[in-house]
Amino acid sequence: MTLESAMPAPTLILDDVVIHHGHQRLVAVDARIAAGEVLTVMGPSGVGKSTLLAQVAGFLAPAFTASGHIRLGDVDLTRLPPERRRLGLLFQDPLLFPHLSVGGNLAFGLPAVGGRRSERRRARRRRIEAALNDIGLASFADRDPTTLSGGQRARVALMRVLLAEPRAMLLDEPFSKLDATLRDEMRRLVFARIRARGLPTLMVTHDREDAEAAGGQVIELAPQPQG
Amino acid sequence: MTLFETTVRLVPRLTLLLLIVPVAAGLAGVVAPAFGWLPALGGERWTLAPWRALAQAPGLPDMLRLSLVTGLASSLAALAIVVLFLGAFLDSRLFHLVRRLLSPLLAVPHAAAAIGLAFLLAPSGLASRLISPWASGWTQPPDYLFPGDPAGLALIAGLVLKEVPFLLLMSLAALPQCQAAERLQVARALGYGRLNAFTKAVLPGLYPLIRLPVYAVIAFATSTVEVAMILGPSTPPTLAVTVVRWLGDPDLALRFQASAAALLQLGVTALALLMWWLTERLVAWLAAGWLENGQRRRGERLGRGFGAGLTGLAILLLGASLAGLALWSLAAWWPFPAAWPSPMTLDTWRAAADTAPRPLAHTASLGLAATLLAVALTIGCLEAETLRRRALRPGTQLILYLPLLVPPVAFLYGLVQLQAQLGLTPGWPAAALGHSLFVLPYVFLSLAESYRRLDPRWGQVAAALGASRARTFWRVRLPMLASPIAVAAAVGFAVSVGQYLPTLLLGGGRLATLTTEAVSLASGGDRRLTAVYALGQLALPALGFALAGGLPRLLLRHRRPSP
Repeated sequence: MTLESAMPAPTLILDDVVIHHGHQRLVAVDARIAAGEVLTVMGPSGVGKSTLLAQVAGFLAPAFTASGHIRLGDVDLTRLPPERRRLGLLFQDPLLFPHLSVGGNLAFGLPAVGGRRSERRRARRRRIEAALNDIGLASFADRDPTTLSGGQRARVALMRVLLAEPRAMLLDEPFSKLDATLRDEMRRLVFARIRARGLPTLMVTHDREDAEAAGGQVIELAPQPQG
Repeated sequence: MTLFETTVRLVPRLTLLLLIVPVAAGLAGVVAPAFGWLPALGGERWTLAPWRALAQAPGLPDMLRLSLVTGLASSLAALAIVVLFLGAFLDSRLFHLVRRLLSPLLAVPHAAAAIGLAFLLAPSGLASRLISPWASGWTQPPDYLFPGDPAGLALIAGLVLKEVPFLLLMSLAALPQCQAAERLQVARALGYGRLNAFTKAVLPGLYPLIRLPVYAVIAFATSTVEVAMILGPSTPPTLAVTVVRWLGDPDLALRFQASAAALLQLGVTALALLMWWLTERLVAWLAAGWLENGQRRRGERLGRGFGAGLTGLAILLLGASLAGLALWSLAAWWPFPAAWPSPMTLDTWRAAADTAPRPLAHTASLGLAATLLAVALTIGCLEAETLRRRALRPGTQLILYLPLLVPPVAFLYGLVQLQAQLGLTPGWPAAALGHSLFVLPYVFLSLAESYRRLDPRWGQVAAALGASRARTFWRVRLPMLASPIAVAAAVGFAVSVGQYLPTLLLGGGRLATLTTEAVSLASGGDRRLTAVYALGQLALPALGFALAGGLPRLLLRHRRPSP
C-alpha cells in the first residue's frame, strides 16, 4: 500500500466519452486531468452531469449507453467494475453508514493489512485516531454519526474516502447541501487535501463559486435540444 | 366531522379488533379443553390428563424435533439464498430479470408447490425419468424415500422453495427505505466487491426492516400443516399435522389431547423464534469487528457463485415442478422411465370438469369475499393515516402480523370450539372471515408503501380547489392508486386461494375448495387428478394477477402512463 501511494498520481483521461439516452445524445466530454488538477463540469440540473460522473465511477444505469474510454495513467478503467477503479467518490450527502460508529465508518474506508491480529487491530485504531485528529474530531471515534453536525459529517465522509487511498477523485455537487458559512470552509479543506495528494479530480456542480474555488479548467454543458 | 371522516377514523380500530379478537379468543378456546374443560364432550373437570396423554403419545420427541428442525433449517436456508442473491446481483441486469421471474412464483400456493416438488423428485418423478436409463441405469424407479423422508429433507426443500420468493419480495420493498443503492455505491467506490459491499454496508440496514417477515416465515415453517402433509414424514409426522389428525379422529376423546398439542405447538413456535432471536444477537456481536476490518473481497467469488447457483436451482426446481404437473395432468399412460407421457389426453381434465365446479366456486367466492373485506379495511387504515397525518404505531404494525406469527393450528381449533359453544354453524361465513384474517396482513404489506408514498400535495391541490375530504379520496387518491390496489387485491386473492387449515376447520370439513381437494388427493394415488387440482389452484391466482395488470390499464387507457 505504501509503495503505491508513494507513486506519483497518474493523469485521469476522458477519451471521447459520449453518453446516450436512447437515441438522444446527452453528454460528450474529451479531457485530460493532470495530477492535482480539478476539472469542473458545469451546467443546469438535468443536463447529464451526474450521468457523466456515474459513467466514470462505473455506476452508469442500464438505461444509458456510453462510448469512449476512461483511463487512469496507462490503465483503461472503462470495463473495470467500480470497486477496482480506485476512484474516491464524494457525494452530495455524506452517506455515513448509520449501523457503524464514526470510527467504524473510517475503518470501513481503511484497507485491511497483513500482520498479527492484535497488532493489526491496534494499528488500525491508531490510524483512525490520527485521521480523526486530522479533521479536528479527536475522540469522536465512538460517536453515532447522527449526533454529528452537517459540517462534521462532511469531514468524516471526506476522510473515509481519503483513507481508502484513491488515485483520483470524483466530486458530485459535494458542497450543495452545506450551509453557506460551512461551504467555504469545506471547499478549502477538500481542495487542499486533493492538491496535497496530487489527485486528479473531476467535479460536477451547478454552483459557479465551486468552479472558482477549484481554480482549474471548466467545461460548460448546455441543455441538448429535445428530440 | 363529516360522515366520511368519522367512518375512516373508525377503521383502524375495527381492523385491530378483527385481528386481535379471533386470535385471542381462539387461544382461549383451546386452553380450556387442554385442561379438560369441554362440557360439550363431557369434560366438566379441570385436569392435567390431556397433557399426560400427550406426553405418552408415541413419537412425541420426534414430532417436536421435526417441527423445530425443519422450521429453522428452511427459514435459514431461504434467508441465506435471498441474501446471497441480493449480494451477488443487486442492481445488475440479471437482477431485474430474476425479479420478474420470482414475483409470479409468489402466487403459487404452498400446496401446489409442494405437490409439484413431490412429483418432480419422487423415485418415479420427472427428475429421475430425465436421467433414466441412459445415465442412471434405472429401468425401475429407484428405491429412496421422497417425499416423506424421516429427516424431513423434502419438507425443508418445499418450504425453502416457497419462502424464497416471499422474503425476496419483502426485501425488495425494504431496499429503498434503507438507502440500499446509495450504501452499495459508497462501499463499492471504496473498493468493496459486490457481495462484501452488500453484506457489510446494506444488510445491517436491511435486516431490521425484514425481521418481522422473517419471523412470519419461521412461524409458518414450524407449524405448517398442508406442506408437511404432502412432503413431510408420516410416522411420526410434524406436531402440527398430528394436531389436525387428532382433531379429525372419530374418537372425540382425542380432542382434549389435541388441544394440549395445539398449545404445545404454540410453545414450539415460540421456542424457534427465541432461538432465532438469540442467534441474531450472537451474530451481531460476532460481526461487529468483521464489519470494520477493512477486508473488501474475501469470499467474493465463492459467495457470488453460491448466490447464482442457489437462485438458479430454486427457479429451476419451481419451474420443473410446474412443468411436471402439466405433464401429469395430460398423461394417459406414463410408464417409468419414459420422460414424456404418451399418449396424451384431456380425459383427466374432462373428468375434473364434472367434480371441480363446486370446489372452484367455493374457492373463488371465499377469495373474493376475504379480499374485498381486507382491501376495504386496508384502504380505510391507510386513509386514516392520511387524515391524521401520522403513520400507524409500531405496536399496531406488530398486531397486523399477529395471524402470521401465531401458529394457525394453535388458535383456529379454539375458534371452532367457541363457534360450537355459541351455537353458530360452521360454514362459508366463518371460513370467509377466517380467510380474511390471513389475507389482511398481506394486502396491507403490499399496499402500504405505495399509499404512503403518494405525494400529499395531490390532496392539497384538490382541497385548495374546494374538494371535500371524501371527494379527494374517491376522485383523486383512489384512482391514482388503482394499480397498486389491484396488485394488493391479487396478492390477497392468491393468499386466500392457498388457505387450507381455515377452510378445513372453520368450514366444518364440509366446504371443499381446490386447495382442500388437492391436499387430500395428494395423499391418495391418483397423480393425474391431483395435478389437475394443483394446476387449478395455480390458475386462479394467475388470473387474478393478470387482471390486476390489465384492469387499471383498461380503465386509464386514455391517460399516458406516469414516468
